[in-house]
This record gives sequence, C-alpha cells and structure tokens, in this order.
Amino acid sequence: MTTMDMTPVVKGGGGPELNKRRRVYKPNTKHVPILATLLLLVIMYSAGAANYRNFDDPSVIVNLFRDNAVLLVVAVGMTFVILTGGIDLSVGAVISLTTTLTATLLQGGWPPLVVLPAVLLLGALIGAGQGAVIHFFKVEPFIATLAGLFLARGLALFINQHSIPIRDKVWTAISDYRIELPIGEDGVVTKPIAIVAVLAVLIAAAVLAWTRFGRNVYAIGGNADSALLMGLPVGRTKIAVYTISGFCAALGGVLFSINSTSGWALQGNGLELDAIAACVIGGVLLTGGSGFVWGTLLGVLVSGLIRTIINFDGGLNSAWARIIIGVLLFAFIVMQRIVTRKAK
Amino acid sequence: MTILKNRLFWPSLILAILLGINMFTSQQFLMIQDGHLFGTLIDILRGSAPLILVALGMTLVIATGGIDLSVGSVMAISGAVACLLISELGDQNSVGSVLLIIGIAIGASLLLGLWNGVLVAAVGIQPIIATLILMVAGRGVAQLITEGQIINVRSEPYATLGSGFFLAVPVAFLIAAAAVVLTILLTRRTALGLLLESVGGSPTASRLAGIGARRITIMVYVVAGGLAGLAGLIYSANIRSADSISAGSLIELDAILAVVIGGTALIGGRFSVAGTVLGAILIQTLTVTVVAIDIRPEANLLFKAVVVVALCLSQSPDFRAKVFGRFKSRPAAREVAAA
Repeated sequence: MTTMDMTPVVKGGGGPELNKRRRVYKPNTKHVPILATLLLLVIMYSAGAANYRNFDDPSVIVNLFRDNAVLLVVAVGMTFVILTGGIDLSVGAVISLTTTLTATLLQGGWPPLVVLPAVLLLGALIGAGQGAVIHFFKVEPFIATLAGLFLARGLALFINQHSIPIRDKVWTAISDYRIELPIGEDGVVTKPIAIVAVLAVLIAAAVLAWTRFGRNVYAIGGNADSALLMGLPVGRTKIAVYTISGFCAALGGVLFSINSTSGWALQGNGLELDAIAACVIGGVLLTGGSGFVWGTLLGVLVSGLIRTIINFDGGLNSAWARIIIGVLLFAFIVMQRIVTRKAK
Repeated sequence: MTILKNRLFWPSLILAILLGINMFTSQQFLMIQDGHLFGTLIDILRGSAPLILVALGMTLVIATGGIDLSVGSVMAISGAVACLLISELGDQNSVGSVLLIIGIAIGASLLLGLWNGVLVAAVGIQPIIATLILMVAGRGVAQLITEGQIINVRSEPYATLGSGFFLAVPVAFLIAAAAVVLTILLTRRTALGLLLESVGGSPTASRLAGIGARRITIMVYVVAGGLAGLAGLIYSANIRSADSISAGSLIELDAILAVVIGGTALIGGRFSVAGTVLGAILIQTLTVTVVAIDIRPEANLLFKAVVVVALCLSQSPDFRAKVFGRFKSRPAAREVAAA
C-alpha cells in the first residue's frame, strides 16, 4: 500500500510550523486518494496492454467515454451531492423516468425541441423537490431520495413498463452521427454522447474550482454549521446540488435514450450505486467537503476499464466485474477512513 | 381518540380494508382443501414470510440507527449455496443432508452479516456505505456460485420450506412467526430491546453508560444477515431453484418500507417488531390485491411510493411543526426551526 506511506504528510502540514520554506514534493492529503486511483488506472491499463492484443489501441480509451457516458454524467451530478455530505439514491430512477417519458412523448409526435428541455426540467425539478424536503423538513438525504427513487420508478412503470422504440428523426440522427477524432494513425470514431459527457465533466470541474457556488459546496460539506455561521447560503446551495444531480440524471436518461433509441422503465436500475461507487473510488469523501470531479472521472474510468478487461479476456465470468468493484469500493472506503483519521 | 392516535391504527385500517376487498373479489378467500388451509389469505401469509424475515432483521438494524442494503444479495447467496449443494447430493430427498445444507447456507449468511457488522462497528464506516459494498459485490458472488445459471433442485424436504404445510398452516409462515415471537421475547422480555434503543439513540452515551455498543451493533447485523439468509432459502425453496439475479431484488426497499409503515423511526432509537410485521403483511396484501382487482400492477409501485413519501414527511418533526403547528408555535421557535 503505497498510499499509506504517503499519508503522514499531514502531521507536518497541519502543525504550527506552516512556514517551512524548503519542501520536498509530497502530495497534499486531499490529493492522496485521487493519486491512488490514477496509479490503479495506469497499472490496470498496462496490465491490459501487456496481456491482450489490440488493448493499447487508442479506441479502447475513447470507447471508455462512449460506453460510460451515462454513468459519467450521473456521477458528476452525484459528486456535487456527496461533496455537501449528502447522497442521492434517486438518480437511477430519474433515468428510467426520463427515458420512458422521452420515448412516450416522441412517439406521441411531440417536437424533439420541446421534449428535450421538458424532460431536463422535470429531472431538475425532482432534484429540487428532494433538496427542498431535505433542507426544510430536515429529512435524512438518503431517506428523502429513497422516497424519490420509489416515486420516479413508480411513475416510469406507470407510464409504460415495456420498451418503447424511438423513431424520431432528430433522435436517430444524433444516435447515428459519428465524430472523427484525430488520434493515432487512422483516427478514432466516437459518438456525440461521449462529447456531452466530457463537457459535463469540464463544466462541473470549472464550477467547483472557480465559482463562489463551488466554494460554498465544499464549505457546507466541511461543516454545515460553520458555513451557516459564516453567512453562506446553506439552504440555497443544498437545494442547488440536488437540482444539479437531478438535472444530470435527466441528461443521463436522454443520453441513454439516444444511445439505445428506445425508452424503458427498467433502464438505469442500480445506476445510483455505480455512480456512488465511482465517486468513492475517485476519492470523493463520503462525509463531504473533499474530492474532485477529476477523481469521479477516474473512478468511472476504473470501473469501465474493469469491464473492458473482462470483455477482452472473454473467459472471465461477467460477475467478476461486480465483485472487483465491490472490493475496490471496500479498499477505498477503508483508505478514506485512514486518511481522515490521520488528518484529525 | 386514543385508538386513533395509536401509530398502528392507520396501517391496520388499510390492511383491514384491503383484506375486505379480497374477501369480496376472490372466490377462495379461506377454505380447507385436502386438510390444508387454502385461499387468498393463506397465499398472503405464505408470500409475506420472506419479507417479514428480512424486515425483522432490518428493524433491529434500524433500531440501532443503521441500515442494511445488502439483504437482497444475502438472500441470493444463501439460496445459491443451498441449491448448489443440494443439486450435488446423490439423494436429494435425504432429510438429514438437506438440514445440514440449510445450516451451512444460514451459517454463510451469518458470516456475511458479521462482515457488515465489523465494517460498521469496528472500522466505523457509515452503515449505508458499508452494506453497499456487500450489496454490489454479493450479487456478483451469487452469480459466480451459480455460474450465471438457474440451478433447479428436485428435493422434497427442501421444497417443504417454501410450499409445505404443517398442521394445516404454511411452513414458511410458521418459520417467520417463530422468528417474530423469538425476537419479541428477546427484545421485550429481556433488557436487549432497551439496549438496542439506547445504542440507536446515542452510541457514545450508551458506551459511556457501560453498554457494549460495538458488540450490540455487530450482533444486529449478524442477526439481519441470518434472517435474510433464511428468507433467501424460503424464496428459493418456493420456486425450487436458485435465481441469483431476481432473488431478493429490491427487497431492501420493501423491507425499509415495512419498517417505516410499522412506526420505527429511521433515525434509530425506537422500534416496533409488531408494527414491522404489520407493515410487511400490508405490503404483500397490497401486491396481491392489486393483481386480484385488475389494476395495472405498475400502480403498485406508485402507490408504495406515495405511502413512503407521506410517511417520511409525517415522521419529520420539522414537517409537522411547519405544516400543522403554524399557528401554535411562537415566532421565536419558528426562527430556530427555520435555521
């Protein structure tokens, strides 16, 4: 465990002798988990490249973004919520609701330019409603969002429990569109949904790093009471993060419906757990206040790479993907505990 | 008025109405056939056995302020272990070997519960996250055990667990009832229930008062694991096969719902075993009724969702203060509540 060797830095950094001028490079505590994930990703990629033919093809990495676009978008929204110390269990259900609703409305002949903003708004509203219940009525986040999960999935199943095909021209056109990226010798082809996912990561990272809102999110996650006493808008920020998460889930649902040109109420089942797992593996602290969108990105890539390796191998049972993600989840949570204990 | 204030009044009333509907719509509500009790009521009792068992464990966990998301995966694993071992038996109808295998499967479930308990109490991980690990990985383990297949068994003693009758009553319901009675005796006739509630109220205060909070927390997760394992056995015995994907799928949500309907607070500190049983039977009755009176089954989940939302809100003191106590509370008190 190289990560544990790195952690004692805190003792020097947190003590009174802050103005030590000469410093050797030691990673900041808050970067330790993310560096560990990066290391893991590099090791996994090298192992894959050494063992399987064509694994080092650039398309493997580009396809990671395409195949995990939905998870990436949802996990970005989840990052905001977890940074404030909350949790959002409803995202998978919001995805089902969005895909079902999108497909139903498009089948009913609604114009795509109305459907798209309508479902995104609906997702944001569901998130805002949960945030309001959590803030105003002091309901535990996981209980409030569990109720939201029930409600959204119930609505989705109520609308239609069968898979609905999407024949709308705009949707199928986006689904069939391919983008050529000038990577490698022959270039790599990817889908628009991958670009949307990458954009979501970039925007989220910018918001968290450079805006007042982003700083409020970290402050509330660090200590909500202190944030309140400092005069930060705790309530508004809390409701906003759940709104963002709901919006991202709805966006994920739209990407899902574009990718599969269909809507199905059972889509996105259990995705909330994958998203939480990606955040944790990416070093976002579950107690809030520490973590980066980049970490979440790495977490999504790690879980995607596990599936890719299992696909390349062919001989492995796909059940291993779940088990390995579970083991990684365990390892990273225990690491979080150790890091936070030392920080105290 | 006192009966109206009882927390179990509304769930009981809904249950009575649902049963009433069933009594009129089904031709066979309760009758005796081939010496067995038979009919919709018995179907409800038998079908609710796994949920009662899982919700019972969940009640104890929630009483200590925790939550166990892994119950569905534990159900899948215990069913998979049992069916795999039974399918490899030379004589699948040998009672002794089947009993031994049931013991092994429950032992495995207890170990899984121990793992959860150690993560929560000794390592100090939040319960929802600690049990999430087993929830994610556990289903993978179950799929590995069954190698992604559905294992069918032809063992009469094992099938008895799910569909057998003893003294004209379904065996599955008897098992659940025994577990409930044992739990009530242990928690209400000994100090155990008090200790559980004190740990749920404040683990630190309990520890300072000399209660082994850590040990009690580990114990409830072990019990929840064992009960989930038993529920998994009943489920797989009922369909005479191990289905690692659909066994116990989403049952954690139903179990949490049953616990909440029963009046147990999700923040811990107080619990009601009888309420949980009522909640579990209510959920099962609802499922049966919705099918019986030809409502689209999808409406079931929506109805459950509305119930959960209403119950969660009604459990929040802030909600009650803001919505019902608007005129009673003093402005100063409201300021504090708003902050």
